[in-house]
Amino acid sequence: MAVTVRPRADQPAAERVLYQRGAVMSATGPEDQGARQPSTSSPQSYGSSAHISLRGVSKRFGGVVALRGVDVAIAKHEKVAILGPSGCGKSTLLHIVAGLLDADAGSVDVAGAVTAKDRLARCAMMPQRDLLMPWRTALDNACIALENRGVSRHEARERTRPLFGRFGLGKFEHLRPAQLSGGMRQRVSFVRTLMAEKDILLLDEPFGALDSITRAEMQEWLLRAMQDVPRTVVLVTHDVEEALLLADRVIVLSAHPGRVVSVLDARMDESASRREIVTSPGFVKLREQALEALE
Amino acid sequence: MTATDLVTGPGPGGGNPGPFLSGFDDVVEARRASGLRRLVSNYGAAAALFAFSLVAWQVIVTLAGLPEYLVPVPTEVASSLGSDWSTILAPATLTTLREVAIGFALATSAGIGIAVVLHIFGPLRRAVYPLLIASQTIPVIVLAPILVVLFGFGLLPKLIIVGLICFFPIVVNGLDGLRSVDGEYIRMMRTLDAGRWAIFRRVEFPAALPLIFSGMRVAATFASIGAVFGEWAGSNAGLGYVMLEAEPNLQTARMFSAIIILTVISTLLFGAVSLAERLIAPWSRQERAR
Repeated sequence: MAVTVRPRADQPAAERVLYQRGAVMSATGPEDQGARQPSTSSPQSYGSSAHISLRGVSKRFGGVVALRGVDVAIAKHEKVAILGPSGCGKSTLLHIVAGLLDADAGSVDVAGAVTAKDRLARCAMMPQRDLLMPWRTALDNACIALENRGVSRHEARERTRPLFGRFGLGKFEHLRPAQLSGGMRQRVSFVRTLMAEKDILLLDEPFGALDSITRAEMQEWLLRAMQDVPRTVVLVTHDVEEALLLADRVIVLSAHPGRVVSVLDARMDESASRREIVTSPGFVKLREQALEALE
Repeated sequence: MTATDLVTGPGPGGGNPGPFLSGFDDVVEARRASGLRRLVSNYGAAAALFAFSLVAWQVIVTLAGLPEYLVPVPTEVASSLGSDWSTILAPATLTTLREVAIGFALATSAGIGIAVVLHIFGPLRRAVYPLLIASQTIPVIVLAPILVVLFGFGLLPKLIIVGLICFFPIVVNGLDGLRSVDGEYIRMMRTLDAGRWAIFRRVEFPAALPLIFSGMRVAATFASIGAVFGEWAGSNAGLGYVMLEAEPNLQTARMFSAIIILTVISTLLFGAVSLAERLIAPWSRQERAR
């Protein structure tokens, strides 16, 4: 069986888990025995190659400590999920990366941008609710970032249309959000985020508002879409399966205060279907580890 | 739309329209009937009650033998409308209509403009908004005589009265609408490169339009009241003036005619606002329906 190992020297080999058509293999080193324990090494050092790097980030709202001493490093075009219970400060973390909030302590570097204003220019965020504007058609909703940058409506449409076709939205471009299903609305929302033409996508529980069947469909869709347009992705979710499925690496946060408790390597075989991945023994094992880390 | 239109179009059956013909006939009939039925179910009861009150009014007043100068019956009001229209009522209607239309337009533009300015400049809003609310405790109507003293019998004092009455619901609704935008929309827009102006014009203003229109609908019902009070305080033309003149002469039927015309003006203005809303902010009805 051919197993392709994407080398990443700075990661402990024990954390590398690969899936091939449902079969699970771990890229083992001799020291791998018992390495199924979730890693508790929090600062992942990427040196200068890190696309996003947070060091000792803390944030409090009044008397509530939302984040305490969070260290995260994310490589360019890596897909990272931040997994944690409700109220663990994961959305706060995302807002800090986006530049919508500033940390009380610690340093934040997003593709070289340090100030909140510069970070805003580097990231595009996809919110939990689709937040499509009812007065715009599906296509015009996706055009909004281009228009915000001063591109004419006509040109913005021309540039957005190809992506609409590519993501199966071609037939729906003239419809209003009220005429679209929940899943379709999230697709439009994702294209809108992509059309910001930023290298960093921040997804804030993107499918949290969908029913579980639609959510499964959308996860598979997003998996393909992200293969299609490589970006650095930070996904916030409280859905263990979603985190493991969509991300290369899962960072588990604890609640009150939010701290990194575990980092799991969750790279999957990119050609496998969602069902194949989710039912594979390796995935089940990883899910156990994640759930354990959440406790 | 006729049945043949539907069948000649690219129907689901493709080349074989025969079996579909009767089916489409039914659909068309059902649609036509449902349109009529909706009209009847929406306004049928109100129309019936209105017709019944007219008949009851006519019968009761006739049976009681009340004279026309005390309570005219509907037929007398109708004949006054017919005979006085070209000589007295039509010019008066034109005058009042002008006061209502211009006053309402001024109130709308000032109302929206002030709401936008107060929304954008927070400190100004905190300074002005409480005073604006407090100013509404002054009954605008009592200002009418003062305005006549200041500006005479012409158009201006009426415009001011109509404007002052109409502008308040528009400002308050406009401000509420602009401020009601979910913060999540604004955060999302900021990560999509939107500046203050882009957020205002692409999110806040369109989001506020439904509330602005409902403020305008309220204002539309007030506008003719303002015009009549303005005319009562001092004028030589308009429907309010016609009523003032008719009263000492006991031309009660003519007073009723003027009231009917005022009702029609208010209804038309209300309808115009609803139509404008349907054209400019068609999503607002869908949103409300959800």
